[in-house]
Amino acid sequence: MKPVYINSVGSVSAQKTFDNSEFLNEITEYNASTVPVIAPNYKEYIPPAAARRMARGIKMSTVSSKNALTEAGIENIDAIIVGTGLGCIGDSERFVSDIIKNDEQFLTPTRFIQSSHNTVAGQIALGLGCKGHNFTFVHSAVSFESSLIDAKMMIENDEAGTVLVGGVDELVDHHVETHRLIGHIKKEPVASQELLQSKTEGMVMGEGAHFFVLSNQKAPSCYAELLAVKTFNTLSKERLEENVLAFLERQQLGIDDIDLAILGNNGDVNFDPYYDQLGTSLFKDTPQAYYKHLSGEFDTATGFAFWLANKIIKTQTLPEVVQLNAIVPAKLETILIYNQYRGENHSLTLIRKC
Amino acid sequence: MCKGVAITGMGAISAIGNNVQENYEALVSGKLGISRISKIDTVHKNDIMVGEIGMTNAQLKEKLGIAEETAVSRTALLAMLAAEEAVLQAGITDINDCETGLISGTTVGGMDQSEKYYFEYFETDEHWGHINGLHAGDSTQKLADHLGISESFVSTISTACSSAANAIMLGARMIKSGQLDRVIVGGTDSLCKFTINGFKTLMILSDTYNTPFDDNRKGLNLGEAAAYLVLESDEIVKRDQKKVLGYVKGYGNANDAFHQTASSENGDGAVLAMEKALKVSGLTPSDIDYINAHGTATPNNDLSEGRSLLRIFGDKVPEFSSTKAFTGHTLAVAGGVEAVYSVLALQNNVIYPNLNFTTPMKEFELLPQTTVKQKELHHVLSNSFGFGGNCSTLIFSKEA
Repeated sequence: MKPVYINSVGSVSAQKTFDNSEFLNEITEYNASTVPVIAPNYKEYIPPAAARRMARGIKMSTVSSKNALTEAGIENIDAIIVGTGLGCIGDSERFVSDIIKNDEQFLTPTRFIQSSHNTVAGQIALGLGCKGHNFTFVHSAVSFESSLIDAKMMIENDEAGTVLVGGVDELVDHHVETHRLIGHIKKEPVASQELLQSKTEGMVMGEGAHFFVLSNQKAPSCYAELLAVKTFNTLSKERLEENVLAFLERQQLGIDDIDLAILGNNGDVNFDPYYDQLGTSLFKDTPQAYYKHLSGEFDTATGFAFWLANKIIKTQTLPEVVQLNAIVPAKLETILIYNQYRGENHSLTLIRKC
Repeated sequence: MCKGVAITGMGAISAIGNNVQENYEALVSGKLGISRISKIDTVHKNDIMVGEIGMTNAQLKEKLGIAEETAVSRTALLAMLAAEEAVLQAGITDINDCETGLISGTTVGGMDQSEKYYFEYFETDEHWGHINGLHAGDSTQKLADHLGISESFVSTISTACSSAANAIMLGARMIKSGQLDRVIVGGTDSLCKFTINGFKTLMILSDTYNTPFDDNRKGLNLGEAAAYLVLESDEIVKRDQKKVLGYVKGYGNANDAFHQTASSENGDGAVLAMEKALKVSGLTPSDIDYINAHGTATPNNDLSEGRSLLRIFGDKVPEFSSTKAFTGHTLAVAGGVEAVYSVLALQNNVIYPNLNFTTPMKEFELLPQTTVKQKELHHVLSNSFGFGGNCSTLIFSKEA
């Protein structure tokens, strides 16, 4: 099978990640239960007239995807695959709210059009004039991984040479307020550096857009090789270790081959035990990192993890701010990302220096 | 990459029937499912017609053995009913006895419930169970639980009105490449105020029965449905000595890259999708015996699709019809319901009528099949197009 190279990255997140020449040079700390993105100067990417009515998810994705394409040194691709848990939920919420408040009258189509989950993938295709394969995955915490699986399969099976793949989600009031009611989002603000010690239920919600160019050709800008991605709709704590080992085995790897495990701890006292389970058993001698204190939790937060893993391999540096245990990696070549959300939709993603 | 993708089970619920057999009987007896809306209290109720499923949520829950007070969206309930039927037909006793996946398409997710309680959530906790049911993946997760699928690839696709077609396509690709042995694919969408008002603002809803490919067509009727197929690899078919209903022979996905909500005048995306599907199947246009068209009855779609058919098939366009006059446009599920109809067409060697057609379009001389027709069918092509420029084509065949 053809190797799959990650040739470039693009990120808009709650940290200043939109500039690819930097790597977490300055850290923004929060004391909140929601963390919005640090906005790039959208005017540099989008004509102001167009930007005015554009959903934030589209804006973030435009910047992030353009940065990825620019870094890869290409103008067009064979396929566009986007993962998003909620799509441009800001527009969906506005449209519902207008329906109720105005008794189904005086509505305009823009909100409805942008609320279609595939708006981002469609807009990118429109902007690039890309008529190739165009998919949008909308499956909670594995939306981004589903996209990676599809992209990888396309390249390996020669259905595409170069694929733009990404994940995007917006932080929106009604969603936050309702999910706080049911305890999915923390009721009290938490300081970034104390996220894992909060011992309270719920997460700190974030947002972001992460795009990557995957290709069967290794570009000079290449970050790493994508070895494997697997998702599990259910997985019990007791079955975790066995499944991670089986996943590695299929790549002819053992736990000793993993230089760094990036874990999705989000400070939810009810669900972080999944990570603790691995951290104290299979990964007990493995260097570990975490990131949701920087990015916040959202359906495609693993886009940030994937960005982080790629940056670590390319720059050969492991920022202190993401280190979860005291074990110093001997080398930074093979990185495993493990994530789950509220005990469901588990994912394993493996990349290697190339 | 030369593996067959067998269809071993099908399930469907739509405005013309609560199961596959009822759907088939309605199609061949010309019984359409379009009516005034009864289950949603919308101010537009006298201006629109819809393809509404008869059963209430309470009735669906009772049939599925789900307690009435359980918070489940109509979208998820419809999915469970249709997928149960598909799994039953496929004779699956242990769904986890091989690498089994689930890929479902939806556009509205749990919006049918969320729009009811949007502000009420802040007044009372009575309906809080629906809060996390809004996201599109929720109906798929609940469906996976209902079917007992565990530790598996379960995902949701939302590419507007091509969602289920793309779910079928992804499932076929995952079987071909050996990632899955079995996969349940399809889609589900329920009617809700959100889509009724959305399409209303776009001014593409007809105030009467939709008339695909007719010169005087006034727009679409929204519908609701769920439809699923069980796809299995050659190995599983052999292992379990399965009866094969048909094969997913070809698939193609392209983007029109023309406009967020309209198709290009000459159907560029549709042409590319059909070309790709033909290439994957190894067939030529002359091998296609029947086309189940997207045919939404909007002025834009039918013109664009008609032109794309002429570009692919030239002056030899095979019999084609849109079944949306029966079901309405079921959005994400269109490609799923029509996949079931395509396989039924192959099994019964029958072409369904394009109802409500009277006046040929003036732009070209395409005439849809308007009566039930018996014809030996080997390959059926099905189109599904959506907002965002998403164009998908599937080809179903009797042989692998």
